[in-house]
Amino acid sequence: MSNFKEKYELVAGLEVHIQLLTNSKAFSDDVVNYGDAPNTNISVVSLGYPGTLPVHNKNAVVMAIKLGLACRSDIREKNIYARKNYFYADLPKGYQITQHTTPICNGGKIEITLKDGTKKSIELTRIHMEEDAGKSIHDQDINHTLVDFNRAGTALLEMVTEPVFRSSDEAYAYLTEVRRLVRYLEISDGNMEEGSLRCDANISVRQIGASKLGTKVEVKNMNSISNVKKAIEFEFDRQCKLIELGEEVFSETRSFQASDGTTKGMRAKELVNDYRYFPEPDLPPLLVSKAFISEVKQEMPKLPNELFEEYTQELLLSDYDAKVLIDSKELSDYFQDLIQHTHNYKAACNWLTGDVKGYLKKEGIDIKYFQLVPEKLAALIKLVEDGLLSYSVAAQKIFPALVNNQGLDPKDFAESNNLIQNSDNQFLHNLIEEVLGQFPDKVAAYKSGKKGLMGLFVGQVMKKSQGKADPKETNKLLSEILDQ
Amino acid sequence: MNRRFQSLLDIQKTKISCVDLVEFYLGQIQAQNASLNAFIEVWEKEARIRAKEIDEKIKKDTAGKLAGMVIGLKDNLLVKNQAASNSSKILSGFTSPYTASAIQKLLDEDAILIGRLNNDEFAMGSSNETSFYGPVKNAIDLERVPGGSSGGSAVAVQAEMCTAALGTDTGGSVRQPAAFTGTIGLKPSYGRISRYGVMSYASSFDQIGPISYSISDAAILLEVMSGKDPKDATSSSKKVEAYSALKPNEPKRIAYIEPEGLDDEVSKAYTYQIEKISASKHQLERISIDFADALVPTYYVLTTAEASSNLSRYAGMIYGHQSKKQNSLDEMIMQSRNEGFGPEVKRRIMTGTFILSEEHFEAYYTKALLVRRKIKNRLNEIFENFDAILSPTAPTVPFKLNEKKQDPIAMYLADQFTVMASLGGVCAISIPMKNITGKLPLGLQITCNSFCEKSLLNLANELV
Repeated sequence: MSNFKEKYELVAGLEVHIQLLTNSKAFSDDVVNYGDAPNTNISVVSLGYPGTLPVHNKNAVVMAIKLGLACRSDIREKNIYARKNYFYADLPKGYQITQHTTPICNGGKIEITLKDGTKKSIELTRIHMEEDAGKSIHDQDINHTLVDFNRAGTALLEMVTEPVFRSSDEAYAYLTEVRRLVRYLEISDGNMEEGSLRCDANISVRQIGASKLGTKVEVKNMNSISNVKKAIEFEFDRQCKLIELGEEVFSETRSFQASDGTTKGMRAKELVNDYRYFPEPDLPPLLVSKAFISEVKQEMPKLPNELFEEYTQELLLSDYDAKVLIDSKELSDYFQDLIQHTHNYKAACNWLTGDVKGYLKKEGIDIKYFQLVPEKLAALIKLVEDGLLSYSVAAQKIFPALVNNQGLDPKDFAESNNLIQNSDNQFLHNLIEEVLGQFPDKVAAYKSGKKGLMGLFVGQVMKKSQGKADPKETNKLLSEILDQ
Repeated sequence: MNRRFQSLLDIQKTKISCVDLVEFYLGQIQAQNASLNAFIEVWEKEARIRAKEIDEKIKKDTAGKLAGMVIGLKDNLLVKNQAASNSSKILSGFTSPYTASAIQKLLDEDAILIGRLNNDEFAMGSSNETSFYGPVKNAIDLERVPGGSSGGSAVAVQAEMCTAALGTDTGGSVRQPAAFTGTIGLKPSYGRISRYGVMSYASSFDQIGPISYSISDAAILLEVMSGKDPKDATSSSKKVEAYSALKPNEPKRIAYIEPEGLDDEVSKAYTYQIEKISASKHQLERISIDFADALVPTYYVLTTAEASSNLSRYAGMIYGHQSKKQNSLDEMIMQSRNEGFGPEVKRRIMTGTFILSEEHFEAYYTKALLVRRKIKNRLNEIFENFDAILSPTAPTVPFKLNEKKQDPIAMYLADQFTVMASLGGVCAISIPMKNITGKLPLGLQITCNSFCEKSLLNLANELV
């Protein structure tokens, strides 16, 4: 279907729901804890009992402001909550508290970088605060839908973009960036599979060069970033085909089918509810002062683009290294801790992106659960830096031991296991003499010009020293002796 | 009517024990409730147990300031482990798992709760005829209505079945029944008393209000219930004054309105009252409310809009009446609501739904909000020059049962003098007004600016 791409262009916008990591719900003090037994984190307020009233969660407001500041949105001073009215089993009050005409954040942008290195700025329309509904579970009982109200009333942000996406790759890059951003800001765990990040896509196509937008289709139920990409690709082809056949694209809501990567019509947009939005009379307007915004600004953590600058400009790491480090907040956080204890930034970076990442990958664990404290890793780096250990001994013998036993001290362990590198020339001399004595023919070959044999001699010396010899020193001494 | 007790002060003076007091009220209820239909449920057992406990406290001198006050509650106020239905079928079987903040404050001061009182269904009505439990009768004439929506609360006080009662006032629901029963009904400023645990009708209007036989009881109940509640974001943190320390008034600047279309009895009584006050030390001046015709429509646009949303939670899913017709979720919700709500509630939900619909929102809701703003501005203007505004509480004498039931517009006009304070969020009180040409109770309404309850009560105490 690649020929469509020459004739048509995609016009898509994304709506992302971000479940906030507040300790309590958006408008009540019920606990929020993903994975708790159904209907345990509930109260009369989140169940919409008669006479109960909402009280806004200040923390959710702080998080909304943080995201707005990170996206350089305008933060609204006077916020009015609104009610969105509709009936459903998982909506206890018969309405959702949200923001309608006065979102807390207006405008803003998120920078994305595509695989080929091109950058694009994704314009945001708005970010607003709202509460979540309960969770309807349709697949556990044949005859009934079950409802878990733990999620009812939890705090969400809805982030809406302008229709600026021209490819599924852009959407993919955007969602990856949003996920990373919310994790850096520590406002959401950003997990799409668990539903803490949810995305709906508004997708239309038009002939290249046309200014008028095509009919928009809303696609829901994509629970991973790659599914959003797939859904956009499927919709693009489907809509192009319809237009080619002279048929109409209907304005409708479609559901993504993960099983085969297609979308299926859910309901026509025309039949959709009139949500009867109106200002929430149970909550006075929320006033966000400039002073309050400054306070929140003080609490803002460093964001990936700031860290990139810092790593490349101040720590003089390569762009590649910096990118790998900031890719995950946890890795970057660990790095930040690590460089509090060592100024050998390059070594710190190499250890993290090499040995530590390799270990985590092999063990299949997240760096969150990495047991080795930065102080000890820094101490290990120091031992190598001071020439007391060779890197290979540090990486192969000491690092695994430290990881498996947090009580160990790197230096004590190295000493007690006789791993401290001996740069004593006599010791090395003896080993070298021994090795050279073992391979007289090779020595002759070396002397007649086969300089490549140096590696063999070094390897043999290292082996005899049980890894304690410093390869650099060995090399130097060997050259001295052989080139005499 | 001969009353045994005029007020809490009176009760405390007689040194009657709480146990005997509760028995007295239970006797009153036993004797009269069958014909008046004010109580939906009497909490005999709980009231007797509590009376004993409070008598103990009185002996030990540790009792709170409401010891000796026996209170009935409108059926839209929640008490833990007690049923509450808002006089609607849709809440049949509902028991509250928590206590309203304001009621907890009463309990903390050792008030005794004696039962729940009939009202217009979901507080929607001006005659107490829309209740699922049938109409409440006016004790002065059983063929007449007691007003509404807090009709049960007013009659319970009128017929001395409790010391005082709580009602809720959204557009006059405490003041108008007080006027019709010769009692005192206070609507505090919006935000003065927490609404947590009050079933919402129209959130931006609703306030709990006491109905009592004395100003001092109204004052002490207000004093106890007022104040900021962290559970109600709309409650005010304005300082609570010692309302019960009533004082004589300095000369006041008082405005009065002279409405047209009053019942003859109301008109004569009101004229008499105004003449009497103008002969007193106060400076009296007639004013006009330029927007008088807009008051009732604005009130109904905004309250029905809010109500249509507030009542969405009654859908038969988590609590209350659930229809047996359950072929689909939509059917279950629709049928539960269809079977559970009465005609007046349905009318207001339909009206509010229409008003909030995308197509009509601007023309009705947005416009009504603008008018509300103008009304508030006009009230501010008036209160720059005056301390209080006088008017009749209602344009008519207590009317007969069924007289206006089939004519919702005529019924809505019963609120024409009371909705102004509700739209403005200011405080107002209805006190008995001497009927010089007949026997039926009438009310004089005094309206003061927001959070001026202290001067409102002092003035009421002088004029009552």
